[in-house]
Amino acid sequence: MNIHEYQAKDIFRRYGIPVPPGEVATTADEAERIARAYGTGVVVKAQVHAGGRGKAGGVKLARTPADARAAAQQIIGMQIKGLTVPKVLVTPAADIASEAYAGVIVDRGSKRAVFMVSPAGGIDIEEVAATMPDRIMRLPVDPRYGLLPFEATRLGFFLYKNAKLAREAAKILRQLWQAFLGSGGSLAEINPLVVTTGGDLLALDAKMVIDDNELDRRPDIAALRDETAENPSELAARRANLTFIKLDGNVGCVVNGAGLAMATMDLVKYYGGEPANFLDIGGSSNPEKVVNALKIITRDPNVKAILFNIFGGITRTDDVANGIVAATRDAPLTVPMVIRLTGTNEEIAVQILQQHGFSAMTDMDEAVQKAVRLATGGKAA
Amino acid sequence: MSIFIDRNTKLVVQGITGRDGSFHAKQMLDYGTCVVAGVTPGKGGQRFENAVPVFDTVADAVAATGANTSVIYVPPPFAADAMMEAADAGIALIVCITEGVPVLDMTRVSPYVQDRNARLIGPNCPGLITPGVSKVSIIPGRICTPGSVGVVSRSGTLTYEVVYQLTRAGIGQTTCVGIGGDPINGTNFIDCLRAFEADPDTKAVAMMGEIGGTDEQQAAEFVRAHMSKPVVGFIAGQTAPPGRRMGHAGAIISGSAGTAAEKLEAFKAAGIGVAQRPVDFVPLLKERL
Repeated sequence: MNIHEYQAKDIFRRYGIPVPPGEVATTADEAERIARAYGTGVVVKAQVHAGGRGKAGGVKLARTPADARAAAQQIIGMQIKGLTVPKVLVTPAADIASEAYAGVIVDRGSKRAVFMVSPAGGIDIEEVAATMPDRIMRLPVDPRYGLLPFEATRLGFFLYKNAKLAREAAKILRQLWQAFLGSGGSLAEINPLVVTTGGDLLALDAKMVIDDNELDRRPDIAALRDETAENPSELAARRANLTFIKLDGNVGCVVNGAGLAMATMDLVKYYGGEPANFLDIGGSSNPEKVVNALKIITRDPNVKAILFNIFGGITRTDDVANGIVAATRDAPLTVPMVIRLTGTNEEIAVQILQQHGFSAMTDMDEAVQKAVRLATGGKAA
Repeated sequence: MSIFIDRNTKLVVQGITGRDGSFHAKQMLDYGTCVVAGVTPGKGGQRFENAVPVFDTVADAVAATGANTSVIYVPPPFAADAMMEAADAGIALIVCITEGVPVLDMTRVSPYVQDRNARLIGPNCPGLITPGVSKVSIIPGRICTPGSVGVVSRSGTLTYEVVYQLTRAGIGQTTCVGIGGDPINGTNFIDCLRAFEADPDTKAVAMMGEIGGTDEQQAAEFVRAHMSKPVVGFIAGQTAPPGRRMGHAGAIISGSAGTAAEKLEAFKAAGIGVAQRPVDFVPLLKERL
């Protein structure tokens, strides 16, 4: 789960990390009022779950309250990478002497959380890794001991030659580790970590990604989810316990299992079509899930054909068939549908479908080819 | 022969009285797997299906039955503890089916299991099956048939699809292993490839990877340097957008790393046959057997 910058800063603040003050505005009026109260120049920052906010025009410096108002007017409601910006963070502009990077992520290779720091901050860390790898220090954390003080000190001195700054940075890194652990993070990042002209360290930006698998045991963190910042179809899918990702094509896909769902999308592409989505109805499917899946897919006006690809293991294909029948009884389809199912209770499923005027296929490749043909305007095969 | 499980596998089912655990314990018994014990704290003394004794702890189960393999169906908040309990009790092979284990839990489980010389498969995996001999998994037994192809995959239903097509085409399997779709798991592709290379009955390997991470790239390098047996590979997620988690926690292209294209490139460079579609495994394996 992604959380906003202002939410990550709230968490950081709770763990003692120095972050600048800031307030959230959902209207231009509010942004102006907040800027006036600070009485200084402010930065108006889009709060949206997409990278590259700055390049997209989602971060603006405002010298006066009127400027802040104008900036908020522009930013709130704008689209960044297909997502609508629901709110902005208004924060006093800082005088920056230098910018560094500090982050901790879960690293698959070493099977550990790994700290990464770089004195080259303010830019994408992947870019630093590609162009100046010697400017990054990586330190895997032994989960038995956590980030030890001497390790934090080493990282601190890699960032700053000045002993006072290095010690302060070490303290921030230990606080960052606690914030990361305490929130169930898969990533926590300060970019940039700045030294102000006054000589203080400040986490000017904050980013956290929470491991979805942590949310059940951390209701306080789960409550940070901002549904206004999500794609509406993906939100509806999540509420229905489906994994759905919207894409740009016209073949709507309903599949059980993530690997098979990806392979089905790839096969659509292989046969000259474009998938409209990734949708996994999961293992133990019930008819209700299928009903919800069809609702979500048919909401997309780009969808010209629907493809079911079900391999029944734990999933009972008769459940899926019943779901298809129920969904189309409530809301008849306006686009053609191709159903491929095989496995558990296949004979019953085929019978149910035939009784309601649907035909079922057993071969994945044939089904995909047919769906692509239908989506691209060919007549029903 | 086979890898990891065989006639000597004596299985304990952790979470045997739960909804999923009891369903699959029954399926494994029906398949002929030697299920010697179940564990559910507080239900020690009961019998599952009037046959399998249930214990309060894995240590009790091992002491009483000599179980050497465990399969875990407990809910995600308790899965990490269950894996560590099995390792501590001296279980040599731990298979965790549970989906939704927090990744920070896995950073702790991983060294714990390793220190006790246990092999972990999963979590978030379908388990493994040696057709006709032993099933420690949720893989439907009837889609598999004994033979000479080793199968290893990060996915569940995609594995079923491929295995089903192999079986229909008369290509049997030594062992099918689902290593799971999480970013941190116990057994990786290389572990399985090494075991298949050492198994005299395995003549070729089918490998199904997906986007995210570098496990497939490292596996390709291993194949190039250390394998004499032919390998055919597939990567799911060629049409996946970057930065989005495609169902599996580990199936995500981070920045520009972990794409299907780079993995397929690594396969080709290592002489691995590339299946563009799941159905392509059949002719590619037939050519190589």
